[in-house]
Amino acid sequence: MLILTCPYCGVAGEETEFHAGGEAHLKRFGPGSSDDDFDAYMFARKNPKGVHFERWRHVFGCGKWFHAARDTATLQVFGTYPAQVSGPPQDILDRIAAATSAHAAK
Amino acid sequence: MSTRLATGGSRIDRSKPRRFTFDGAGLRGFAGDTLASALLANNRMLVGRSFKYHRPRGIVAAGVEEPNALVNLGTGARHEPNQRATTTALFEGLTATPQNVWPSLDHDIGAVNGLFAPFLTAGFYYKMFLYPRAFWKHVYEPFIRQSAGLGRAPAPEDADPDTYEHFHAFCDVLVAGGGVAGLQAARVAARAGQRVLVLEQTSHWGGRAPVDGGTIDGQTTEAWTAATLAELAALPNVRFRTQVMVAGVYDHGYVLAHETVADDRPGAKGPRHRLWRIRATRIISATGAIERPLSFAGNDVPGVMLASAVRDYIAHYAVSPGDRVVIVTNNDDAYRTALAVHRAGLTVPVILDARPAGGGALMAEARAAGLRVETGRAIAKVLGTKRVTGVAVCAQAGEGAVLDTIPCDAVAMSGGWSPVVHLWSHCGGKLIWDADRAMFRPDAARPPTDHTGAGFVTCTGAANGALTLAEVLADAGATGQVDAPLEAALAPVWMMPQGAGPKLRAKAWLDFQNDVKVSDVQQAAQEGYQSVEHAKRYTTLGMATDQGKLSNINGLAILSDALGQPIPQTGTTTFRPPYAPISMGAIGGAARGDVFQPIRRTCLYDWHEAAGAHWEPVGQWRRPYCYPRAGETHQDAVRREITTVRSAVGLLDASTLGKLIVKGPDAGRFLDLIYTNMMSTLAVGRCRYGLMCNENGFLSDDGVVARMSDDTFLCHTTTGGADRIHAHLEEWLQTEWWDLQVYVANVTEHWAQFAVVGPKARQVLEKLGGLDVSKSALPFMNWAEGTLGGVTARVFRISFSGELSYEIAVPVSLGRAFWDALLAAGAEYGAAPYGTEALHVLRAEKGFIMIGDETDGTVIPQDLGLDWAISKKKPDYIGKRGQERLRMVDPDRWKLVGLETLDGSVIPDGAYAVADGRNANGQRNTQGRVTSTYFSPTLGRGIAMGLVRRGPDRMGEVIEFPKLDGSSVKARIVSPVFYDPNGEKQDA
Ligand SMILES: [Zn+2]
Repeated sequence: MLILTCPYCGVAGEETEFHAGGEAHLKRFGPGSSDDDFDAYMFARKNPKGVHFERWRHVFGCGKWFHAARDTATLQVFGTYPAQVSGPPQDILDRIAAATSAHAAK
Repeated sequence: MSTRLATGGSRIDRSKPRRFTFDGAGLRGFAGDTLASALLANNRMLVGRSFKYHRPRGIVAAGVEEPNALVNLGTGARHEPNQRATTTALFEGLTATPQNVWPSLDHDIGAVNGLFAPFLTAGFYYKMFLYPRAFWKHVYEPFIRQSAGLGRAPAPEDADPDTYEHFHAFCDVLVAGGGVAGLQAARVAARAGQRVLVLEQTSHWGGRAPVDGGTIDGQTTEAWTAATLAELAALPNVRFRTQVMVAGVYDHGYVLAHETVADDRPGAKGPRHRLWRIRATRIISATGAIERPLSFAGNDVPGVMLASAVRDYIAHYAVSPGDRVVIVTNNDDAYRTALAVHRAGLTVPVILDARPAGGGALMAEARAAGLRVETGRAIAKVLGTKRVTGVAVCAQAGEGAVLDTIPCDAVAMSGGWSPVVHLWSHCGGKLIWDADRAMFRPDAARPPTDHTGAGFVTCTGAANGALTLAEVLADAGATGQVDAPLEAALAPVWMMPQGAGPKLRAKAWLDFQNDVKVSDVQQAAQEGYQSVEHAKRYTTLGMATDQGKLSNINGLAILSDALGQPIPQTGTTTFRPPYAPISMGAIGGAARGDVFQPIRRTCLYDWHEAAGAHWEPVGQWRRPYCYPRAGETHQDAVRREITTVRSAVGLLDASTLGKLIVKGPDAGRFLDLIYTNMMSTLAVGRCRYGLMCNENGFLSDDGVVARMSDDTFLCHTTTGGADRIHAHLEEWLQTEWWDLQVYVANVTEHWAQFAVVGPKARQVLEKLGGLDVSKSALPFMNWAEGTLGGVTARVFRISFSGELSYEIAVPVSLGRAFWDALLAAGAEYGAAPYGTEALHVLRAEKGFIMIGDETDGTVIPQDLGLDWAISKKKPDYIGKRGQERLRMVDPDRWKLVGLETLDGSVIPDGAYAVADGRNANGQRNTQGRVTSTYFSPTLGRGIAMGLVRRGPDRMGEVIEFPKLDGSSVKARIVSPVFYDPNGEKQDA
């Protein structure tokens, strides 16, 4: 059971305190979009063995949605950040890069 | 025979005899015995029959790894199958029966399966039962059902009479296992100031050390254990418990452990088992190692046991498994058993050491004691069926030519030791193959990782491959001086003898519990099963309740040999929790009966109960289905309630209706995106029926929106939808349109809400007095705030029945008082409460849809004739793009219509309308289905709504609905609005 830290209220909670919401940073395709774009937006999801940017909601806590950068294989959490962004913040990307290069060096 | 020795037995108390029954026979043991040791003391070596061939099976081990001695324990409601005799503490009155036996343990008809053994090999079920197809129902399936499953499940009508609980614990370091390694590791962590929790699965500390001997700094291992425990007990930061088995390690240091609290005290007060739910920063797995059997013909005959178990029974319980015990080994450790048997005054006719050069100091000690040691020798086969009568000896290097036959009644075997790496592996810790010691052990460089990316499990002692006392102590961080004999290297022996032919291999068992032999695994390899995971499932090796604790390594060594590849290339199967079986009761804990899930009650719950309501669960709510009066059936009551509403006035507790406040400068814009219709144009004081879809375009919820003020809307949702829709709004607000300035609050439980419905509704409210509820002051689809009967109320003129209707919301604390006032005011008008079933029929008569009846997650609003509630002007709303997809605009879609049976009967719920022809599966084609169907007391006939292909274009057409009894009912396609189609009544 994962432990995640809500970036809003600062609580480090058990996975059961949160609700998983799938892949983060999807771009919405609404009316006027092509069939392919809409299909990909609705149904095509990344399923990497490795770093995944994903949506979580602190459902039994402050109720806020946030994002987590998590390695699906090692379960390392590189950080959590508010959902009101369209891409991961630089400090988290730096942490991922550092971990990846450390891993490659091994 | 196996018997109780005159003296000894560190765990038994001879002053406390315990009576028990096994297979109907009254037997005696002592306090401190396990069921297994007590059975052996009574010369009961044969304890069960094997799963597939019904071969006689005896006790093999002394601990949790036991594959054979599974019994039905207890009687009546406390009957429990598959209990391991080796871990069951004996108590006065214990009752056990053997499993897989018919008609009896001694004479088992199923043993005839053995005659068909050549046909019951790997993949048997897949191959044999395919053809002919017709045999499935009457021949194959009954046979499989008869022979499938271990033990018998408790009777379904017997509720478990015991209680269980969950226990939450937190620690810096969790130590699993209370042997020398675990205690030493706990001491190191405790001295470093860590919060330490030590859990031991048995009732005893010290692990194998008290039996296996050696000294630490001149102390016996017992004295060392006692001193270490005393030191830990004095520390405030250490807790330790026995009888708690660490069952599983999960992501980020979550651990489940299972405590047997009162298994030996049936009916005692308090929980029988506890499930420990632990958060540990670091886990030290000091779970020891398990001895491996050797694969020789007849290694499953009762009397063949693990060498370590033989000396455990002697040392702990003063039980000798046999008078003449042959030892067979590929390592030095088994010599300890030879010496223990010898010192107990029993006979060791021979020690067969498969290693050409034999062993080290322990072998010398055995020889010095006068024991006969034969090196390079093996067992060709075991003699005897229900009990060992002797062994045929051969050379390990040969093909099994018998050199000698030695009478004996027990065989102690040792194929080396496998570290218990389960807790290391549960979360992905990797293993390496240690070829020198023939074992998989943890690869410290590849541990399971926590949220920081650091390893959070370490193994220590035998679990880490450190098998001797000196290695164990050093591995656990101690510097003590150990005195124990030096051991010579083990020689891997996967087949005994090495060149055993097909006849011997077909009698050499790998998995005792699932009846898998060496020949089965070799056959699987021959048939192309190269992956160990596939071979496991094909042969069922390691798939029984013991999860292959004895068999896995031997099995994959045989598989590797058959595939001609090294063992590490074959790898292991996946280790999954729980380490050993845990009870379903413990998993459930206290969540049973009334506390299984919370019940949500409206403020009128007690009133409904007193009024004789028949309850209907709606999500976690309980709502009155109807209020039957004396002599009334539920059906009578529902019809009376409907008639009351249509002819006088009915009162409904609608408090469960979801109520969401959406507030902010952008609330209108936001709701325009959420609902299919336009909400921003709604005037203050007005109400509008709205539809919500998901992004796929499918209808998700409906309800009336009331505009409270310029920036505030009250959105009603369905009873089941309140929490879901609240979450839906929050998700879009927070993750997509976070630039909008809007708050959403779920005020469902702040308001009691009552519907006052029927032609006399207005008179009732006027009698209460206060707010002007006349048609001109408060027209249909308007709302107003004021006082009614002295209570501040919000009054909504909305109708879900087609009648003149007011929904009145009052603060929940005033709900009961207001309801009482309504009843009093309504008495002279014939007012009576009505329940959810009347509500459903009333809305169906009017052709109103119900989320969950007319919708099922594949229905768009356009299917339901709700195009009028879909804005054509808005550029966007959730679901708009989804509804533009080709399939959604297909004119062939099934659409909502009313259905009027020609004979006036009620169409069965969910019935399908058939069409011409048949589909690819030979089934009748369909052209529609019933979504709501009721008897309408208003119309005096059955009415239904349904989705029918191009339905609205086919008014007047008659379609046919087959019924389960083979007959069918014909219905005419009509408008779904059966009652007051012009809406005059609700507008009155
Ligand atoms: Zn939070």
